[in-house]
Amino acid sequence: MAETEQKNAKELPLHALHKELKGKMVPFAGFMMPLQYEGIMAEHEWVRSRAGLFDVSHMGQLEVSGKDAAAALEALMPGDFIGLKEGRLRYSLLLDDNGGIIDDLMVTRRADHFYLVVNAATKKNDIAHLTRRLPGHISVREREDLALLALQGPKAADVVARLGAEVNTMTFMRGNPIRIKGSEIWMSRSGYTGEDGFEISVPVKKAEKLARLLLSDPDVKPIGLGARDSLRLEAGLPLYGHDLSPVSTPVEAGLTFAVSKRRKMEGGFPGDERIGRQIHNGTKVRRVGLKLDGKLPAREGASVFSGDAKTGVVTSGGFAPTVGAPIAMAYVADADAADGTALEVEVRGKRLAARVVPMPFVPHRYVR
Amino acid sequence: MTVRFTESHEWVRVEGDTAIVGITAYAQDQLGDVVFVELPDAGKTVKKGDEIAVVESVKAASEVYAPVAGTVTEANGALEADPSLVNSAPETGGWFLKMTLSDSAELEALMDEAAYKDFVKDL
Repeated sequence: MAETEQKNAKELPLHALHKELKGKMVPFAGFMMPLQYEGIMAEHEWVRSRAGLFDVSHMGQLEVSGKDAAAALEALMPGDFIGLKEGRLRYSLLLDDNGGIIDDLMVTRRADHFYLVVNAATKKNDIAHLTRRLPGHISVREREDLALLALQGPKAADVVARLGAEVNTMTFMRGNPIRIKGSEIWMSRSGYTGEDGFEISVPVKKAEKLARLLLSDPDVKPIGLGARDSLRLEAGLPLYGHDLSPVSTPVEAGLTFAVSKRRKMEGGFPGDERIGRQIHNGTKVRRVGLKLDGKLPAREGASVFSGDAKTGVVTSGGFAPTVGAPIAMAYVADADAADGTALEVEVRGKRLAARVVPMPFVPHRYVR
Repeated sequence: MTVRFTESHEWVRVEGDTAIVGITAYAQDQLGDVVFVELPDAGKTVKKGDEIAVVESVKAASEVYAPVAGTVTEANGALEADPSLVNSAPETGGWFLKMTLSDSAELEALMDEAAYKDFVKDL
């Protein structure tokens, strides 16, 4: 099966560069992706202390345009897009009619359209869903001619400044077009590591040149999917298909912040009644962070116990390099979800002591 | 001294009556940074191919299989304090366990170093 997957996997625009950089290529969400270069631990630590370059061109970049596109998007997601100013990003969720999460995504208002960045594995379904559910006059265009890079870490702002990009006014969750060495690219201050950093949308044709330029800075190293996962886990950021699925609502997933204030009052998004009830009355289960005693990591699928009773399941977990201990995200019964609750996680028949802790596990360092 | 290799990337080094078992340099490179090794208790009896240890790397858990049948006599306590020995010294200080052999003829079915090198080259 792995071989079929590999044969059908598409190559990223920067495939040759990844090979040249000795990236270990693995199939992921239909693409051959660099899992690691130097090693996950070293790459993880590099991003926390310097700046790492990620190729996230597997993600879907969509443009949604047409009259009253903001209102049309509000019918599918719980975010306030009518009130979203140009050049601002909003984290949002595509919801099914039951309030279950179909995908999590970034929505940016640009001058004449909304720019959406969606997960690779869900891209096809998202496009079908948007096309089916948005009014006929709203167009959904996938920009396969664009690559997407992320530069993440405390040195990221210095690196782009050295390239002449003016980013002082670009704070977290803002984006605008920027010129780097004569090329116009789209850059936003955002990312998936908990660190300061940027996401850069660049034409495929110019992507390699830009990547090489960024990598020529001594503060920058290429970072693979492995460290992307350990970094986002420490940052408490959920991964779709693991920590999020149609089984969970935004409230259960601990993402109530993605339901904008006006939308909470007005509703008008899929599952609004159920989600409204959950906001007021609570939920049966909740996504929580767990810190485990010892060194043995608990992985996705591990059962979580409160005394003898099973209270939930781990949705992602692993060894956290910056924390120096195994951590996990899990859905557990509401009664067991308070910070500090002592629980146990079962790994290969052994019960490991764990404690519910607030997320993020490692403080965010966004520049607001 | 005989060293033999399995297709699942364990090595076994036989010194007298004792076999020392670990995972190969190729295996540790595939696994990446090792953060935990779960080892068997001394006295555990295994058949060839039984799961005898689990290596947890940053990215995943992987099973280690008994290259031959026998009884575990000692687990490498050093791995508890420093699991990264599996990465830095996979075929020396990063050994997993010592065991007695119940059938030394089983070694014959395993690869020698040259055969293992060829095997890995084709992966």
